[in-house]
Amino acid sequence: MAQLIIPTPLRKYTENAATFNTDSITIEQAIEELTTEYPDVKQHLLDGSGKIRSFIKVFVGEEDIRSLAGEQTELKDSDVVSIVPAIAGGTYDLLLTTHD
Amino acid sequence: MKLTISKSANEIMQQHAIELFPDECCGFLYGHETEEVRTIELAVPVVNSKDGDKKRRFEISPLDYMKAEQCALQNNIGLLGVYHSHPQHPAIASEHDLKQAMPYFSYVILSVMDATIADIKSWKLNEENTIFLEEEISNEQ
Repeated sequence: MAQLIIPTPLRKYTENAATFNTDSITIEQAIEELTTEYPDVKQHLLDGSGKIRSFIKVFVGEEDIRSLAGEQTELKDSDVVSIVPAIAGGTYDLLLTTHD
Repeated sequence: MKLTISKSANEIMQQHAIELFPDECCGFLYGHETEEVRTIELAVPVVNSKDGDKKRRFEISPLDYMKAEQCALQNNIGLLGVYHSHPQHPAIASEHDLKQAMPYFSYVILSVMDATIADIKSWKLNEENTIFLEEEISNEQ
């Protein structure tokens, strides 16, 4: 059984589950199983066409699935799959904020 | 929710921001939270892996992010957010920050003017994940 690591920011959509175990054969199936179990997390992982969002990366161990077979990457029992959000930012002139 | 930052976390962030000036620094924030208060106990600097203009942009590598999640799980501590600096800019979240922000995380921004810390603010996405709301910071002495 492979194990998915849910990133902390998305655990509010997985009932605070940090991990998700799956018997799915591919990454695509594992993500589908996860989003079926926790529908609220779907919009944060997948775009309108059902593909993994551009700012989300998926790693099997320390290998980016883009350097493997993408969403068709096959999973082994011992695999640990990390869902990794892009963490980036920086200064800019346009401010889109308000006070709490 | 109120955000409390420990003295040591504050010192680490500020020292990191000054050391890397005029580039942007970045790092992870760990701690615990209740329904009322989120407490940052630890700030851990990481490399700004952005290719190109580090004076106006920061990026944390996926491998560093994975290590941060593992560290939180192994030490039973919460990964509560990310800090970064805005050299020669105010500690206001930018459109660029908003575009890539994640729910739940506190985004602490240090404004560094002429190699001196000018201001520190923290921002968190609203429930709809559409805008940043400023978090009230209280610093532990």
